[in-house]
Amino acid sequence: MSDPITVSLFHRMNFRDEENLLDRTVQGVISTPMDRPEGPLKVSGTATYADEDHPPGTVYGWLVRATITKGWVVGLNSRALRRMPGVLAVIRDERMIRNPAQGGDAKSPYQGPAEVFYKGQPIALVVAETFEQARDAATAAQAEYLDRSHKAVIVPAEAEYETPRGEQSSQGDLDRAMQEAAFSVDVEYTTPSMSHASMEPHAAVAWWQDGRLTVRGSYQMLNTNAQELADALGVSPKKVRILSQYVGGGFGSKLGISHEAVGAAIAAQKLGRPVAVALHRRQVFETTHRRSESRQRVRLACDAEGRMTAVGHEVWVSNLPGESFSEPVTQSTPFTWAGENRLIGHHIGRLNLNGAGSMRAPGEAIGVPVTEAAMDELAEAAGIDPVEFRLRNIPEVDPSSGKPFSNNRLAECIRRGAEKFGWADRPKQPGSRREGEWLIGMGMSAIIRVNMMGPSTARVTLNPDGTALVETDMTDIGTGSYSILTQIAAEMLGLPPEKVTTMLGDSDLPPSIGSGGSRGAASSGTSVMLAAKALRKKIAERMDCDPDDLTLKDGTAIAGNRQRSLSDLLAGDTLEGTGTIKPGLAEMHHRQASWGAEFCEVAVSSVTGEVHVRRLSGVFAAGRILNAKTARSQCLGGMIFGIGQALHEKVETDARDGNFVNRDLAEYHVPANLDVPHIDIELLMDDRDAYANPMRAKGIGELATCGTAAAIVSAIANATGHRFRHFPVTLDKVLEKLG
Amino acid sequence: MDVTLTVNGAQHDLRLDDPRVSLLDALRQHLDLNGTKKGCDHGQCGACTVIVNGRRINSCLSLAVMHDGDEITTIEGIGTPDDLAPMQRAFIRHDGFQCGYCTPGQIVSATAMLEELRQGWPSQLSDDLKNPELTDEEIRERMSGNICRCSCYPNIVDAIRETAEGAA
Ligand code: FES
Ligand code: FES
Repeated sequence: MSDPITVSLFHRMNFRDEENLLDRTVQGVISTPMDRPEGPLKVSGTATYADEDHPPGTVYGWLVRATITKGWVVGLNSRALRRMPGVLAVIRDERMIRNPAQGGDAKSPYQGPAEVFYKGQPIALVVAETFEQARDAATAAQAEYLDRSHKAVIVPAEAEYETPRGEQSSQGDLDRAMQEAAFSVDVEYTTPSMSHASMEPHAAVAWWQDGRLTVRGSYQMLNTNAQELADALGVSPKKVRILSQYVGGGFGSKLGISHEAVGAAIAAQKLGRPVAVALHRRQVFETTHRRSESRQRVRLACDAEGRMTAVGHEVWVSNLPGESFSEPVTQSTPFTWAGENRLIGHHIGRLNLNGAGSMRAPGEAIGVPVTEAAMDELAEAAGIDPVEFRLRNIPEVDPSSGKPFSNNRLAECIRRGAEKFGWADRPKQPGSRREGEWLIGMGMSAIIRVNMMGPSTARVTLNPDGTALVETDMTDIGTGSYSILTQIAAEMLGLPPEKVTTMLGDSDLPPSIGSGGSRGAASSGTSVMLAAKALRKKIAERMDCDPDDLTLKDGTAIAGNRQRSLSDLLAGDTLEGTGTIKPGLAEMHHRQASWGAEFCEVAVSSVTGEVHVRRLSGVFAAGRILNAKTARSQCLGGMIFGIGQALHEKVETDARDGNFVNRDLAEYHVPANLDVPHIDIELLMDDRDAYANPMRAKGIGELATCGTAAAIVSAIANATGHRFRHFPVTLDKVLEKLG
Repeated sequence: MDVTLTVNGAQHDLRLDDPRVSLLDALRQHLDLNGTKKGCDHGQCGACTVIVNGRRINSCLSLAVMHDGDEITTIEGIGTPDDLAPMQRAFIRHDGFQCGYCTPGQIVSATAMLEELRQGWPSQLSDDLKNPELTDEEIRERMSGNICRCSCYPNIVDAIRETAEGAA
């Protein structure tokens, strides 16, 4: 076989896309609700996740964890452990990490297992012939400590807060605007620490061959993950390969490498055998990242006509000492609602709890529910319907920076959502509708999430037989990457999707931004589009036509009245296209966000305090929708995440020692099937954002969760006449108010 | 310890050196049947659901040595990629999964659940304790032991309802 003919295309997103190529291609697969190509593997249990398909000779590791909250490990009964059945090694290595890497770090997190910063922190790894032996031996571990737990800071109220200069801003005079306003609210809300709880626990299987490490693990951003792991181990990134072809959920918890990857790699190096380390569910809760709790003060004001004059949002969040991540709770506050007087405040406290990191929509996921619930309070104070109140306050341009919006479909989402949901039937008077023991109410929320892009590269190979192969290190964590990348390549090359194979989840493939921040589809999707566009140019050359005059459909190239099959045109050649997209000025001169509106009906039991979400519906605009089925599922997932946030989920921490009390799925309550009603979702299929990328598509994976909880708590307020400002709204809180 | 398990119709004579091996780990590690997933190893998520002698159980909560002579059905026995069962096809059509990790458990559980309903088992939501009906609410109740953090529940309910109606 001869070498492939290579072509490439680089694009920096500096300007508006003028071409709108995907509206001119004719294959007709883009945006369709195509079934996931990997579906047959997933439903038959044949997709391979991290802790599976172990190489021959694999042995098993189990983490030993600190039983103190703060201090130093000065000894471990390693010798006794080593004598236990099957034990091969007890590893305490300076390269072990304190907490997982943050998304995109590209360097090792804080290292060294000797100093303890939180209860349950990994301090050693026991490796044994079998899983049962390793677990047993780790349970028998006894460490000696220099215990400084009395100096640990557990409770946010006792933390010292830093106020990073770059994260504060103000314009106009908020205090004065509040005083002079016809109506205002000045309220404090709290949101609890939460846990991602992806169904697949973090796991890694590591083996070394000829000085090169391979890790099959469960990670979201392979390019930076390989760099993080290499840095932790002290080897060149070229010596590390990470495989994550199937990832059993991430939601941010697998953005960075974690204890299992570093532990398994070190153990495999020491023992010269493959080592598997799978975190137990409790270890997942206690040692991987949590979402920070938050305290939020919101000040909003409007004039007598309901026109907003002031928006203030100050937040207090936490993390481990030295961690740079600080949940950007106010991220969308500067541009969502009008008002000339504004203030943003951000404070970060240091706590001796497991690290805080990104969880689905870091920032807006906890910021928007609070500002939107406060908007509901202001609308009520002003005596204006919450839908009408919002429609009066959508700004023409970003009111903080004066920049134009790339597009803003918020008003349309709200209007359309209200009509579909039957908002007109909302009880005008809070606490006025009753069905037996059940109090009925309705609430709504605007949904906002900033749109982002990251540098991504992909390779698309067109084979002589007219089939295509898409390759990038992008991951599919349930988001639908396999589907959309297949569809983009098929659409661009005029192939039925069955003729396109997509290979992901291998850090040896061209680097993408990975899955995180809802950037994956737009970034890696555009890189595939560009790679295919480079191939289209080559095909046009062979058709002797301008690329603009080329039509590709069902494996045939058409130009004017000429028509040839691709395989004929390729004449035995293989064409290999590489596409790279980088963010540029477009995101600086235009404010980009995805938009939506959600509506909810609840029934609150006046006897038990139970809240049932009876109906939930949402309308969303996120630019071009690449696959109507997977996009809808992402919205479903986001909205149901919001049900958990509003009603169930909270990390309970023992104030004395930071012990994670509800560290399993029986005690940390994520929504179960019966908690979830029928959910109605509409995607604005005609939306396009020309400033986002050449596909004109934006992020949708996190959008739908940014506000759901506000719709729910506002519905509870409408049902009961009481405001609940501390999430989650559990039965005890409801009963207390209902008396 | 010698244990004989009949898994998806095939008999396996297992020699276990360790009585602590769960049924789940016996399937995954000793028989290389990785379709059954481990989400919590604690009986709290349903990812490890298999059918033992006609009943769905959480295989992580059961030791392999307790199943000598038992008939076990795992996801691999429900259907293969080339020969999918109607329930599996319905999950694909309705997008009853995203990451896919809870999915084998959901499908095995749903398969056994429909059989329970056919045999007239009531749930705590059933109005008629003798002849419970297949309503969406019944499906939700009976599937609440299978957690899906990707939160595909409405699609899972659609897939199960369609499969049940197709089989009726
Ligand atoms: S793994 Fe068995 S119930 Fe979760
Ligand atoms: S599909 Fe991911 S947990 Fe259910």
